[in-house]
Amino acid sequence: MADTVVDVHQHEHAGHDGHHDPHWIVKYLWSTDHKIIAMQYLFTGMFMGIIGAYMAYVFRMQLAFPGISVPGFGQVSPGEYNSLITNHGSIMIFWVAMPVLIAAFGNYLIPLMIGADDMVFPRINRLSYQIFLVSAIILLASLFVEGGGFGGAWTSYPPLSAEGDYNQTNLGSSLWLLAVALEFVAFLLGGINFITTLMNSRAPGMKAYDIPMVLWMIVIASILFMLSVGPLIAGAVMLFFDQTINTGFYDPTRGGDPILWQHLFWFFGHPEVYVVLLPAIGITVDVIATFARKKIFGYKLVLYTAVATGVLSFFVWAHHQFIAGIDPRMANVFTITTLLISVPIAELLFVMIATLYGGSIRLTTPMLWALAFIAEFLIGGVTGIFLGASGADIYFHDTYFVLAHFHYTFFPIAIIGTFCGFTYWFPKMFGRMMNDTLGKIHFWGTIIPFNFIFIPLFVLGMGGQHRRIYNFQHFPELAGPEMYSLRQIATISLLIMLAFQAVFFFNMFWSWFKGEKAGKNPWKANTLEWTTESPPGHGNWPPDQMPVVYRGPYEYGHPDREEDYWPQHLPS
Amino acid sequence: MSSSSATYPMEGRSIPERREPLIPNGVLGMLIFIFTEVMFFSGLISAHAIVKSQAAGQMWPPYGQPRLPVEETALNSLALLVSGVVLVLAWFAFKREKPAARIPLFMAMLLGIAFVGLQGVEWAALLADGLTIQSSTYGAFFYLMVGAHGVHAIGALGGLAWAFHKLDREELTSAQLATVSAFWYFVVLVWPVLYWTVYL
Repeated sequence: MADTVVDVHQHEHAGHDGHHDPHWIVKYLWSTDHKIIAMQYLFTGMFMGIIGAYMAYVFRMQLAFPGISVPGFGQVSPGEYNSLITNHGSIMIFWVAMPVLIAAFGNYLIPLMIGADDMVFPRINRLSYQIFLVSAIILLASLFVEGGGFGGAWTSYPPLSAEGDYNQTNLGSSLWLLAVALEFVAFLLGGINFITTLMNSRAPGMKAYDIPMVLWMIVIASILFMLSVGPLIAGAVMLFFDQTINTGFYDPTRGGDPILWQHLFWFFGHPEVYVVLLPAIGITVDVIATFARKKIFGYKLVLYTAVATGVLSFFVWAHHQFIAGIDPRMANVFTITTLLISVPIAELLFVMIATLYGGSIRLTTPMLWALAFIAEFLIGGVTGIFLGASGADIYFHDTYFVLAHFHYTFFPIAIIGTFCGFTYWFPKMFGRMMNDTLGKIHFWGTIIPFNFIFIPLFVLGMGGQHRRIYNFQHFPELAGPEMYSLRQIATISLLIMLAFQAVFFFNMFWSWFKGEKAGKNPWKANTLEWTTESPPGHGNWPPDQMPVVYRGPYEYGHPDREEDYWPQHLPS
Repeated sequence: MSSSSATYPMEGRSIPERREPLIPNGVLGMLIFIFTEVMFFSGLISAHAIVKSQAAGQMWPPYGQPRLPVEETALNSLALLVSGVVLVLAWFAFKREKPAARIPLFMAMLLGIAFVGLQGVEWAALLADGLTIQSSTYGAFFYLMVGAHGVHAIGALGGLAWAFHKLDREELTSAQLATVSAFWYFVVLVWPVLYWTVYL
C-alpha cells in the first residue's frame, strides 16, 4: 500500500545536503514552506477567534443582563458596546473564517493534495501571511487608541463611518479600514498563489476531474474573491479619503452618495459569503465521502453547481438595500436572483445526503461535524428565503431574525466547517490522532448550545427586536420579561458553548504531544496527502518519489478490490 | 471521471513524465492579478458614473470648477499608446535575438515616463486653477482615478526597469518579460477607458 511508495526514514534528511537547522525565528516566522504558513494562518485565526468569542461573551452579557459588571470586562458603555459588536463581526469574518478556511486549509492542502512540493510562489505566500499578521495587529491596536475602536458595524456604512463628528472614533475607524484593506491585500496574494498552483503544479496524471473537491472549492472561492474585491478596494480608498483628507465621495451635502458605498461593499460582501461557504462545503464533501466509504454523488454536478453559485453570487448584492431606497422594480430583480441562488446551494446539500445514502457510515468526530454542517446550514439557508423576498424583508430588515439567519450560515461555515476539517486533517498536520471521546464531548457541547443561542434570537427577531441596540430597557415593548428570558437563554447557552471549547483546546494540545501515533493514512482515504509522512517533511515527498495520479479521489468500495479504498497514486 | 470510473477508471490513461504548464506561472499569476485590477477600475468607473448622474443640475463639471485639458491629455495619451506598441516590438525582437530588445524596451520605458511626467505637469496646473481633491466630487474623482492609474503606471515602469536590468545582465527569460509586459499592456489599455470616462 502507501508504505511501499514512500520510504519512511529517508525522507526527513533527503535532498537537503548541507542545510543547517535554521534559527526558530527563521523557521517559524520567515518560512516559505506552505505547511508552516498554513499553521501560522491557522493559529493566528484561532487566536483571533478567541478574541472574537470574548467580545461576543461581553456584549451578550450586557444584552441579557443590562448594566451588569461583566466578569473579565467590567461595565459596558454604549460606545464600547458598538465597538465590540463591530469588531466581533469583522474579526469573525475577515480574521477567522477567511484565514482558517481559505488560507490555512488552502495552504496546507493544495500542494499536498495535488502532489506538489510547495506553492508556485513561496515567497509571495510568506509575504501574504506577514501582511495578514500586520493587519491583525493594526486591528487589535485600533481597539486601544483614543476614542476606542470603530463602532460603525462591520459594514461600515457612511456617513457614520466617514465622519469623525458622527462616530467619535476618528483614529479607530481609519485604523479599522486600514486593517481590512491590508487583509484584502494578503488574500489577494494568497489567491493568486492558490489558483496558479492548482492550475500549473498538479502531479503527472492528475486531470481536472481528479482534483479533490475541497481544492476545487477553495480555488473557486479564491476566484470569486479576486473578482469581487476590486470594487470594495475602490470604495475603501474613497472612504479612507473621506475620513482622512476630507473628500466628499459619500457626503450628500457635497455631491457624494452614501448609498454608493453600500453597493460597492455588498458587491464584494455577498460573494464573500460564498467565498467562505464553498471551502466549508468542500471539506464536508470530502469528509462525508471518506466516512461513508462511498464515491461522492455527482462529482461534476458538485463542481458545476459551485461554479453556478459563484456566477449567481455577483447578481444578488442589492438584497441588502431593499429598504435603503432602491427602485422597487430593481428590488424585484434582486429578489428573484436571491431566491434562485438557493437552488444550487440546496443541490449541494442534496448531493451530500445522496452520498450518505447506502454508504458504510463511520461516525467519527469529523463525520459528526460534517453531518452537523448539513443540518445546521440547512436552517440558515431556509431562513434566508424570508429575507430574500423583498416584501418580508421590509419587516425583518435589521432585526435579530437577520442576525440569527446569518449566524446559522456563518457558524456552520466558520466553526463547524473548521472543526470538521481540523479534526479530519489533524493526524496529517501533527502526526497523532485526536481523542475521539473528547472530540465527541466537544461536538455535542458545541452543537446543542449553538441551537439554543440562535433559535431564541429568531423568535426575538420576529417579535421586532432590532439589531445594534445597547440596552432594550429603553424600549418598553422590547423590555418585557418574556423577551428578557429569551435573551438570557441565548446568553447562558453561549456561556455553556464557550466553556466546552476548553475541551477542544485540551484535546488539541494533549493529542499533539501525547496522542496515539497516526501513521500515514489513519482514515484509509484516497487522496494524495495520505501517501506521505504525518506530518510531511520539507518538500512533502522525497524528490524521487513524487506521486503520480491514476484515478479520481473518491474510489471507495470498488468491487474488484479487496480493500474498500483505492488511493489515487497506485497503478493498480 | 465519475461516469467512466465505475467500471475501469485507468483505461486509456497515459501518464506523462512531467506536466508542462500551458501558461508560465508568473504570467498566469499576473493575469489573475490583472483581472482583479480590471474589477478595481470597474468599481471606480461605476462609482464615478453614479455620482456624475446625480450631480446637482446635471452640471458636470460643477459650477466654478475648471475644465480638464482634453486636447493636451489626448496628445499625452498618444505617448502611452505608442509605448505599448513599442513594447510589442520589443517582445518580437526578444524572441528573435535577446539583446535586440534593449532599444525598444528602453523606448517603451521612456515614453511611459514621459506620460507620467506630463500628467504630473497637468496636475500642477489644475491645482493652481483651483481643482483640488476637496473642492468637489468632480475634482475628487479626477484625482482618484487618474492618480490610481498613475500609481499603476509607476509600478509597471518599475517592472519594466527591472526587466531592462535583467536583460542587461543577460538573465531575462521570456516568461519574465511576458509577466512585466502584461502589466504594462494593462496600464496602457485601461487608460483610454479612463480618459473617456473622466475627461470626455
